[in-house]
Amino acid sequence: MDFLTLLQILDSTLRLATPLLLACLAGMFSERAGIFDIGLEGKMLAAAFVSGAVAAVTVNVWLGLLAGIGASLLLAGIHGLASITFRGNQLISGVAINSLAAGLTVLIGQNWFGLGGRTPSLVGDGRFPPLTLPFSEALAPVPVIGPIYHDLISGHTFLVYGAMALVPASWWLLSRTRFGLRLRAVGENPAAVDTAGVSVVRMRFAAVAICGVLCGLAGAYLATGLSAGFVKDMTAGRGFIALAALIFAKWRPVQAMGACLLFGLLEAIANRYQNIDLGGVIIPVQFMQALPYILTVVILAGFVGKAVPPRAGGEPYVKER
Amino acid sequence: MVGNEILGRQDTAAPSAPLAIELRGISKSFGPVQANKNISIRVARGSIHGIIGENGAGKSTLMSILYGFYKADSGEILIGGKTVTIPDSQSAIRAGIGMVFQHFKLVQNFTVLENIILGAEEGRFLRPSLTKARAVLKKLAEDYELDVDPDAVVEDLSVGHQQRVEILKALYRQADILILDEPTGVLTPDEADHLFRILRGLRDQGKTIVLITHKLREIMEITDHVSVMRRGEMVATVTTADTSPEDLAELMVGRKVLLHVEKSPANPGRTVLEVENLRVVDDNKVERLRGISLQVRAGEILGIAGVAGNGQSELLQVLGGISNGTGIVRLNGESLDVTGKHSDGQTRRAKGIAHVPEDRQHLGLIMDFTAWENMAFGYHNAPEYQRNALLMNNEALRADTARKMERFDVRPPNPTLAAKSFSGGNQQKIVVAREIERNPDLLLIGQPTRGVDIGAIEFIHKQILALREAGKAILLVSVELDEIMSLSDRIAVMFDGRIMGERLPDQTNERELGLLMAGMGDK
Repeated sequence: MDFLTLLQILDSTLRLATPLLLACLAGMFSERAGIFDIGLEGKMLAAAFVSGAVAAVTVNVWLGLLAGIGASLLLAGIHGLASITFRGNQLISGVAINSLAAGLTVLIGQNWFGLGGRTPSLVGDGRFPPLTLPFSEALAPVPVIGPIYHDLISGHTFLVYGAMALVPASWWLLSRTRFGLRLRAVGENPAAVDTAGVSVVRMRFAAVAICGVLCGLAGAYLATGLSAGFVKDMTAGRGFIALAALIFAKWRPVQAMGACLLFGLLEAIANRYQNIDLGGVIIPVQFMQALPYILTVVILAGFVGKAVPPRAGGEPYVKER
Repeated sequence: MVGNEILGRQDTAAPSAPLAIELRGISKSFGPVQANKNISIRVARGSIHGIIGENGAGKSTLMSILYGFYKADSGEILIGGKTVTIPDSQSAIRAGIGMVFQHFKLVQNFTVLENIILGAEEGRFLRPSLTKARAVLKKLAEDYELDVDPDAVVEDLSVGHQQRVEILKALYRQADILILDEPTGVLTPDEADHLFRILRGLRDQGKTIVLITHKLREIMEITDHVSVMRRGEMVATVTTADTSPEDLAELMVGRKVLLHVEKSPANPGRTVLEVENLRVVDDNKVERLRGISLQVRAGEILGIAGVAGNGQSELLQVLGGISNGTGIVRLNGESLDVTGKHSDGQTRRAKGIAHVPEDRQHLGLIMDFTAWENMAFGYHNAPEYQRNALLMNNEALRADTARKMERFDVRPPNPTLAAKSFSGGNQQKIVVAREIERNPDLLLIGQPTRGVDIGAIEFIHKQILALREAGKAILLVSVELDEIMSLSDRIAVMFDGRIMGERLPDQTNERELGLLMAGMGDK
C-alpha cells in the first residue's frame, strides 16, 4: 500500500467516522444523564430525510441542516416526554422512534418526490462544500507534511471539523462546568440532585435536547455532506454502531472519538478494497463490509472489558420520601 | 391505655429559648391513609430534639414535609418564628434546613468535594467552587471533628465517613437546622459515638438538631427533648431527663411493652451445624467470606453481630443455598455441598434448614403474590399441598395459611391479600410462620425485626426462643446489637468476611463488641 492510498483511506475514515462520532456524542449526553437512547438511529434517519428534502427544495444546505435538527429534536422531545415525564420504558420508546422514522421517511419521501423514497440529488448550494484550509495549496508540494495537510486534513465539510471540535468541547462541558457536574450526577444518582434542590426533569430534558441536536447534525451530514441526497434507510445501522462505540468508549468523549475512528477505518477499508488477498487467502468484500457490525456484536457481548454504564441509566426517576 | 400522668407531661418541654421550628396543625393524607393528623411540635433553637415512633408512625412523612418533598394538606410551618412555605428542597435549603437521609443521597463515583458542591456551585465553572469548598471543608473539619478526605471518591469511603459527607453537605449550605433520619442504623457503636460527639458539638455552636430514630437508647443518650408519634399523631413531647425508656415505649405502642426478653438458660445438645473454612467470592471476584468456621448446637442461638456488609448476608445466603462457596459444611454430621453443584435452596429445606432471609421483600416474599401463595414458596412440593400428580391443592394451601396466620397473629388474617398490603411486621410474621412451622432442625434468620414494629418484635422474639426451647439450632444475624445481646447464647462478631471473636452475652458489653465489629479483634 503506497502513501497516497493510505492517505485516501484515512481521509475516507475521517468522513465516515463523522456521523458516528456525532451520534456517539449525542448518545453520551443522553446516557450520562441517565436516559438510555437506542433511538439514535431513528433520529439520524429523520434528520437525514428532512435535511435532504429541505435542501433539495430550497437549494440551501443551511436551511436543510436547521430543518434536520428540528426533526431530530422533535423525536428527542417525544423520547423525553415518554421516558422522563411519563416515566415510560426507555428502550421501548427508542424502538418506537426507530420504527416511526424508518416508516415515515419512506412514506413521506415517496409522497412528496415520487422517487421510491429518495430525495432528489443535491447540487450546488444544496450540499455542504468542502472547506479548503489556509496554505493548503502552498504547502501541498512539501513532502509528507504537504500531502497530509492538503489531502487528509484540508478539504472536508464544516461538519467534519465541527464533530472533531465537539470532542474536547464535550469533555470540558462534562468535567469542568456546573452543567456537566449536574448532568453526570443525574445519571448516577438523581435523588442526590433532587435533594440538592436541582430539577432532575429539567437536567434530563436538557441532555435529551443536546442529544437531539447532535443526532440532527449527524443525520444532516449523511444526506448533505457524505452523500448528495437522502436514500431509504441510509443510516444503515450507524445509530447502533454509535451506541456500541459509546459502550466501547465507556461513555467518555475522547475515547468515543477513538472508537468512532476505528469503526470509520473499517468501513473505509471495506469501501476501498473489493477482495483482500492475504498471501493466498482471499477475504471476500462481504466480510469486510460486515466487519463493523461484527465488531459491534463483539463489543456489545462484552469482550472489551467491563463497561459500567451510568448507574441510574434506564430508570425513570420517581421521587420517594 | 396510656396513663394520664404521662400524657400530662405534654408541653413541659415548651421551651423558653427561641424556637427554631414550629409546626402547627400539620395534616397529610395519601389517599385513604392519613399519615399525619394535626401535628404540632415546637423545637427549641440550639437543642437536640428526638422524634421517636414505630415504623409507619408518620415521622418520615413529617420530616419530608419540612424538607419540601411533600406538601402538607393543611397546617403551618414556622422557621425561626416566621411563617414559611416549603414547596421544594431548594426552599428548605434556603430556609436553613439540612437533611441527612437514612439512605445517603450521594453520587457514588464523585469525589467528596464534587458531592459537596453539587447544587450549590458558585457560577458556571467548577474550579472556583471546588477551591472554596476545600477551604470551607477544612474549617468545618477543625470545628466539628468532621474529618474526611476531600479528594476521596465516595464509594471508597466507609459508611461512617459517607454520613459525614452528608452532614458536611448540609453545613456547607449553611444549614442551621439539621434533620437526621435513623442515622445510626448503619454505624458501629464507635462510629455512632463519634456521630453523637459531632452532633453535641454542633448543638453547642447553636445549631438545632432533629433526630429521627426508633432506638430508645439513642434518644435517652443524646436528646434534650423528645416527641413521640403513634399512628400519625403526636402523642407527647417531653424533656428527656424526665422520662424513661419504658415510658417512651409505652407511648410509642400505646400499651405496656416488655423491653427485655425473658430467657431461660440454654441447654445445648448435639452439634447441628458445623462450618469449617467457608469461603465465598462474589461476582466482582471479591472474597466476601474469608474462611468462616463456626458451630451451632441444638437448643442454642448463635448470634452473628457486625456492621451491615461484612459478610453476614453472604453467610446466610450460602448456608441457605442461594449462593455458592467453598468449604466444609455439615448438618447433623452429614456433609452438605455448598458449591451449588449438587444442591440448592430446595435440597437444604428438605434436609431441615429453614431460612428467614434478611431482605424479606426481595428474597422472602413475592410482594404482588397473595399470602397463601407466599406461604407455599420453598415447600410447594410438600405432599399435603398436592391434589394429584399434576395439580396443586389450593384449598388445602389456603386453609393451612389461614391456620398459620391465626397462630402467628398476622393482621388482617386474610390469606388472599397480596403480601404488599401487609405492614412490615405482618409480612415478617408470614415469612417466620412459613419457616418455623415446618419444624426445621436449623433456622437461619437474618434481621428478624428490621422494619418491624415493637409489638411484633416482641412476638417474633418469643417465637425464636420457643424454637430454641424445642431443641432446635438457630443462627441469628442482626445488625441490632440489642437484639443480639438479648437473644443469643453465644455471640460471634463478623468483620470483613471473618469472625473476629466469640463472646458470651453475660460476659461482654457493647463496647467490647463494638471494637470487634470495627475489626479490632482477637485474631
